[in-house]
Amino acid sequence: MSTITQTVQPSQGQPALSTVVLRSWKAAIALSIFAVLGLLIFVLLGVDTQGQVSTFRLSQSRDLIQLPDLVLPTFVTAVVSSILLFAMAAWSIWITTHSRKVPLWLVVVFAVVFMIGFLTWAAAGSTIPVPGLFVGTITLSVPLIFGALGGVISERSGVVNVAIEGQLLAGAFSSAVVASITGNPYLGLVAAAIAGVLVSFVLAAFSIKYLVDQVIVGVVLNVLVIGLTSFFFSQLLSPNAAALNTPERFPRINIPLLSEIPILGPALFRQTFIVYFMYVAVAVIYFGLFHTKWGLRLRSVGEHPKAADTVGINVNGTRFWNVSLAGAIVGFGGAYFTLGSVGAFNKEMTAGLGFIALAAVIFGRWDPLKATLAALLFGFASNLQNVLSIIGSPVPSEFMLMLPYVVTIFAVAGLVGRSRPPAADGKPYIK
Amino acid sequence: MKLELRGITKTFGALVANDHIDLTVEAGEIHALLGENGAGKSTLMNVLYGLYQADAGEIVLDGVVQKFAGPGDAMNAGIGMVHQHFMLIPVFTVAENVMLGHEETNVLGRLNLGAARKKVKEISDRFGFHIDPDALIEDLPVGVQQRVEIIKALSREARVLVFDEPTAVLTPQETDELMAIMRQLKEAGTSIVFITHKLREVREVADRITVIRRGKVVGEASPTATNTELASLMVGRAVELTVHKDEPKLGHEALVVRDLCVIDARHQLVVNHVSFEVQAGEVLVIAGVQGNGQTELIEALMGLQPRVTGTIELNGTSLRGLSVRKILDAGVGFVPEDRTEDGLVAAFTVAENLMLDRSTGAPFVKAGTLQRGFLADFAREKVTEFDIRTQGIDSLAGQLSGGNQQKVVLARELSRELHLLVATQPTRGLDVGSIEFVHKRIIATRDAGIPVIVVSTELDEVVGLADRIAVMYRGGIVGIVPGTTPRSVLGLMMTGEPAPGTEAVA
Repeated sequence: MSTITQTVQPSQGQPALSTVVLRSWKAAIALSIFAVLGLLIFVLLGVDTQGQVSTFRLSQSRDLIQLPDLVLPTFVTAVVSSILLFAMAAWSIWITTHSRKVPLWLVVVFAVVFMIGFLTWAAAGSTIPVPGLFVGTITLSVPLIFGALGGVISERSGVVNVAIEGQLLAGAFSSAVVASITGNPYLGLVAAAIAGVLVSFVLAAFSIKYLVDQVIVGVVLNVLVIGLTSFFFSQLLSPNAAALNTPERFPRINIPLLSEIPILGPALFRQTFIVYFMYVAVAVIYFGLFHTKWGLRLRSVGEHPKAADTVGINVNGTRFWNVSLAGAIVGFGGAYFTLGSVGAFNKEMTAGLGFIALAAVIFGRWDPLKATLAALLFGFASNLQNVLSIIGSPVPSEFMLMLPYVVTIFAVAGLVGRSRPPAADGKPYIK
Repeated sequence: MKLELRGITKTFGALVANDHIDLTVEAGEIHALLGENGAGKSTLMNVLYGLYQADAGEIVLDGVVQKFAGPGDAMNAGIGMVHQHFMLIPVFTVAENVMLGHEETNVLGRLNLGAARKKVKEISDRFGFHIDPDALIEDLPVGVQQRVEIIKALSREARVLVFDEPTAVLTPQETDELMAIMRQLKEAGTSIVFITHKLREVREVADRITVIRRGKVVGEASPTATNTELASLMVGRAVELTVHKDEPKLGHEALVVRDLCVIDARHQLVVNHVSFEVQAGEVLVIAGVQGNGQTELIEALMGLQPRVTGTIELNGTSLRGLSVRKILDAGVGFVPEDRTEDGLVAAFTVAENLMLDRSTGAPFVKAGTLQRGFLADFAREKVTEFDIRTQGIDSLAGQLSGGNQQKVVLARELSRELHLLVATQPTRGLDVGSIEFVHKRIIATRDAGIPVIVVSTELDEVVGLADRIAVMYRGGIVGIVPGTTPRSVLGLMMTGEPAPGTEAVA
């Protein structure tokens, strides 16, 4: 798929070697396939939508600023977006033949146009609530983002965290029970963090002290937590649902002014405490990881533990406590299931989201901000499936259920290119 | 600062790595610690640096007995170390590496990178290093990385500085510069421990020399001692430092490489338009400082590199793009750089390792079944022929010493019908006796009319073995010169200067 085209001669004394430009056809081929796919779906499948319109509702009824609905003629929009897609695919091919890299913004614009074309086609004759689409995206992303943040911290310190799923589930369970008994969601949140830390302790002890393969410990922990919580759910919570499984939920807090921003305001600023807490967590972790002593040491033990050891950093101690911290953060995400969205614990209610969070860590290249964006993308894909099934789209529901996972596979496997994990990720440190 | 080690003993299981070692380093002295690989030099220094705890003995600094629980304690006491494998984090900047472990922060907890940059600048100006504090370590050449290690130690006010095999990765010119830096540090009152097995360097820079062998101090020497005296002290018997060989009987052009390029994952030309040929019956040594494309060039010859352009022809047939299996079948023998990783399966027996690349057919495998009897006879014969010191052919390869492991690899490769032998770093980490043996076998192979390529970073080995020398620098061949070329010229070529009077080939 790659061919060599040109060489750049090095100037003497420069540390970098001369490089060649390899034509990578990956992006161009991907765009072309999606352009053809767009043509097939929007235009050919959409021939019978001629004369229909697709409506995008841009405001909710309680918004201060009311934007009018956006009404697009379905077939015309499909044709226009299809033409745009082909133009962009052709351009990417032209760029590639001229041995340049297809810029990221082109891929992003392509994705947005594809999405508009897709939504217009899917919403033929009906209405898509755009603010609702974004609100749902945030709702579904919160546990993913907490999970991804925990994953980033743990893996940056050199311990692969496959146990995110188990930490989420443990957090959801204990927060439901504690919040039900005490009637205080904040105590539930603390309990969730503690549960996450306890799962982390096991992961850390086995992988750091006893040098057991980290992936295996993680998988086993997930199964263990599923078993434990399911057992207690059916033996304790179900019979005593009123006392143990009706947690007080976090109240919705509208932030003045910000929550009135059209389209995005409701999604971002009419949320519960736990979501605002998440914004702070993302910012603090990003700052901490790259601008503080904590972050420098954390990254050093994940990259080159021996080097950290030789400057007097306790490698295994640093790893242990940061894996524990990661568990606490993932635990918060678990609490969101019971205290933020659903309102009660249920068997296996995390439904594999921990693994999607793990994918977000990799897609986000072990960077808290990028991992957050990746988690949002996955959340959007899940929510799109919800919205489309509600408005009765022509896409089979089984196919729509696959969507988040298809997006995950594409994102992680192909489109990101090679991402480099922390050098000592997954490797125990033995003196 | 005066450093004294008194009766340091360190054992790993049954192995006594350090046996009551006494060592005194006066303030402002360069003290060389000389010994073969595996003599216990590095263990001793790791004890000094707090990485290992000694079983017995004490470390005394300026008359005060020290207790080091870890490297942090050793550093606080004023001991710094420039490690053989640099202890730098490749994705961090110079300043971040220097500050790691004793970071300054402001009230908000934000790292004070400015202070770290200033410190790097200040120390690097003092020694004329010209190092950019914001450069990423992975972008810096190894010589510069070593200077970062020195800055790192000095930024902690190290008064005793340990250099662990510091010249292994340097060009001869960089080595000279390092010697100058060491003298400069000595002038400033720093005590220096210089660990090495290279005699030339020791005599040039050391004030005193302590020789250790098999974990024990076997003697002290002054820098005026001759190479032969030092070598026999180090090895424990008289040694032959030169390789005996006759004039080559040159045959046809066997291997022809034209315009070979290797492109790595970061799209760099790690081998840059390389052309050379090897005649039957000659040894072509590929010299150069480690990391200048030698490994990738050899991997390209062996079919181990994914992106290769150009032509490789052995006796008229093209090898490029063939699988490793086909290349081995074409009669290419290969002694890899890292024998424990690529040369052997440590958990297999000596016998199994001797047939490792011949598992595809007769005589070792018939009708899909291993011919155990044949293998045993074959293995016994090779063990005798190559003087492999093992308890039996069923001993695990991982239990052999480095020299004997290398003999297993050589025995395996040389027992096939060869049209080309490729040996990379064939004597790295071996004791002097094994080095002599390996060199003899390589010369014998050449005298049998087989073309030989040897990759080596050790100038002694290069000059000893070569009929012709190709010097690599940054992926290209600087020039191909006769084996009699003086060391000073080779040294210059390793820094990219073409040899006087020759055309640059690359």
